[in-house]
Amino acid sequence: MNEMIKPASGGLVPTAPTRRDIGIRRRYAAERRFRFYGLAAIAFGLAFLFILLWSVVSKGYTAFQQTEITLPIEFSEKVIDPGNKRATDPNVLVTANYPLLMRNALAEKLGVSATDRPALKQISAMVSDSARVTLRDMVAADPSIIGKTVPVTVLASANVDSAFKGQIDLSVAETNRKVSDQQIGWMNQLAEQGVLAKGFNTGLFVNGNSSRPEAAGLGVALVGSLYLMGIVLVLSLPIGVAASIYLEEFAPKNRLTDLIEVNINNLAAVPSIVYGLLGLAVFINFAALPRSAPLVGGLVLTLMTLPTIIIATRAALRAVPPSIRAAALGLGASQMQTIFHHVLPLAMPGILTGTIIGLAHALGETAPLLLIGMVAFVANVPATPLEPSTALPVQIYMWANEAERAFSERTSGAIMVLLAFLIIMNLGAIMLRRRFERRW
Amino acid sequence: MNSLKLTVAALAASVVFAGAAVARDQIQVAGSSTVLPYAKIVAETFGETFSNFKTPVVESGGSGAGLKEFCKGVGEATIDIANSSRKIKDSELDACKAAGVTDVQEVKIGYDGIVFATDASNPDIAFAPVDLYKALAAEVVVDGKLVANPYKKWSEVNPALPDAEIAAYIPGEKHGTREVFEEKVLAVGCKDAGAVDVIKAAVADEKEAAKKCIAVRKDGLAVDIDGDYSETLARIAANKTGVGVFGLSFYENNADKLKVATVSGVKPSVETIASGEYPVSRPLFFYVKKAHVGVVPGLKEYVEFFVSDQMIGPDGPLAEYGLVAAPDAEREEIRTAVEAGKTM
Repeated sequence: MNEMIKPASGGLVPTAPTRRDIGIRRRYAAERRFRFYGLAAIAFGLAFLFILLWSVVSKGYTAFQQTEITLPIEFSEKVIDPGNKRATDPNVLVTANYPLLMRNALAEKLGVSATDRPALKQISAMVSDSARVTLRDMVAADPSIIGKTVPVTVLASANVDSAFKGQIDLSVAETNRKVSDQQIGWMNQLAEQGVLAKGFNTGLFVNGNSSRPEAAGLGVALVGSLYLMGIVLVLSLPIGVAASIYLEEFAPKNRLTDLIEVNINNLAAVPSIVYGLLGLAVFINFAALPRSAPLVGGLVLTLMTLPTIIIATRAALRAVPPSIRAAALGLGASQMQTIFHHVLPLAMPGILTGTIIGLAHALGETAPLLLIGMVAFVANVPATPLEPSTALPVQIYMWANEAERAFSERTSGAIMVLLAFLIIMNLGAIMLRRRFERRW
Repeated sequence: MNSLKLTVAALAASVVFAGAAVARDQIQVAGSSTVLPYAKIVAETFGETFSNFKTPVVESGGSGAGLKEFCKGVGEATIDIANSSRKIKDSELDACKAAGVTDVQEVKIGYDGIVFATDASNPDIAFAPVDLYKALAAEVVVDGKLVANPYKKWSEVNPALPDAEIAAYIPGEKHGTREVFEEKVLAVGCKDAGAVDVIKAAVADEKEAAKKCIAVRKDGLAVDIDGDYSETLARIAANKTGVGVFGLSFYENNADKLKVATVSGVKPSVETIASGEYPVSRPLFFYVKKAHVGVVPGLKEYVEFFVSDQMIGPDGPLAEYGLVAAPDAEREEIRTAVEAGKTM
């Protein structure tokens, strides 16, 4: 290169050094920066995911445990049936003062005199009101229990539960909190004696909704969501697959099919509340289906999920190479045989993935359910899809609105249950794809 | 062909489902989110006490939405009871009648108090309606003239109030609570401030004048909360000097986080509200479709159970949750009206 730079006497202006390596460093730096941006974006996303999970799990894990009181209770005839009328009037056993049995047993355990009324009232407040039903059901199941002393497990009241889990700030003035110092003392005493202890909260998965936080559960919501998913799957998969096969394999390409395609893509982006309005007008007001029923919810969510499934299915069908179709047709298969024997099985993993993602989307939907009356207080587990019910996200929404403190841990607990379901469904989608997907 | 069979089966199943319009055996209730917790307690206890009836279904969604659903007509697909945190409006009653819901039973269940509260770390606050009016109205009277609200701090409104920026979280316009706030606080404060005459002089139309009295400033210092009280609580947790509007029961459940303000020198409590001493309270109602009584099993029993002293009495579970029980004589009146099946 040096020979290019002639002495000035030669009259030639020195040229710039060769441009071959100019900019390489700059381009490397740009790439490093770009990689850093990408990493930063992922880190940002992960950080928020972590914060979300942390805030839910740290608040919600306690919901899976519930404080219970296990105590031998005397089913005293004097309290349940003082007039000995149960043979003639079965109503006596239904309306008897069962909470009194529990209170007396606790008072005896704590050594509180039966005449100390203010103390007795405080003792009553430590046990959940649901104890009445627990004890009544025991008597109804086996009336011979009356007069005997049997160990019974009942729920502690929500305030005692919160206090036992350490969620109540005891440094606040006594008048400004829901548990008194006396009750805290008794609680610790009972815990030492092993009467009061935390157990796994089966009720959270079995019970219906309740106005008492300690007895409220996701039973109705789980069954309702199950019905919803069943109906959506049964209706939207066949309809969606049939529609996509026709559009992809049989329909001529013209203005009309173009219009349909644009509309399907549009529908996939319509806000879900619109489907709720449609459901209210068509299924409830016109077809006179019952309000709050999972059947109506399922139909509405089917409409909402269909475009997603059709789009996914069409993409999966299009991904099957034309050589497969050509070979099948060439060997004498009919159009329908080609589709059902060759194209559809090969497209199945893609179709199922799309369906599961559509279902997961439907599982987390609340807005359309609001208008058809599924955002409601429902205590009885529905036996059929025609009976009133709620759904998991609806239950989360309703618990989040409750005033009682004890509902906040349940809200987070319910979110964890919903997240678990979503993770299972999405894992299923990934596994299906891994297992059956074929690449060409 | 399997998926084809599946499709046919699914369609057949849905037709069968749709065709079987079964008789409803469960009471359906909708309406006010303020009444919702009380209705839930009654519904739950009702289901437990009367083992032959199912627990009623209680939807939330607001008084207006509930009454609209209620007035859709008579029959299986319509609701039986609408909860409301205000009296039914004449226009709503007319809509009901037009749709064939002619016999509507009004049942009062008790009273609800509305309290003003700040974060627990604040000093005690004593409001008068006139302070709240001056701080939150869109236009106030200064030197005899109606001007856009110039106040930015509570202490400018009333030197006794804290020297903090005005920030109030009040219920949004779709809430029944908003009406009580306008009627019992703003309208009263408007009168006390002597703004009524000035407004009347400026606006001839009486209705317009009344509207101007209760108009809330829109410059961001008064924030409408369209959600529920937990949202208000979160706003106050974020802005410690903010003042929020809560229901008495919500405040009592969160008394460790909130400090309640007195209104006209009266501290809100069950006692002061029942006696009428505390000025900001309202009656709560539910409305029963008479045509459904005797058709939907348990409806009559539910209404009677609701108004029994076991529920709405001063020692009942509703009072424990925060409902202010009506005085003895009034409860007796309510029960007589229910038994007689009095309609509006």
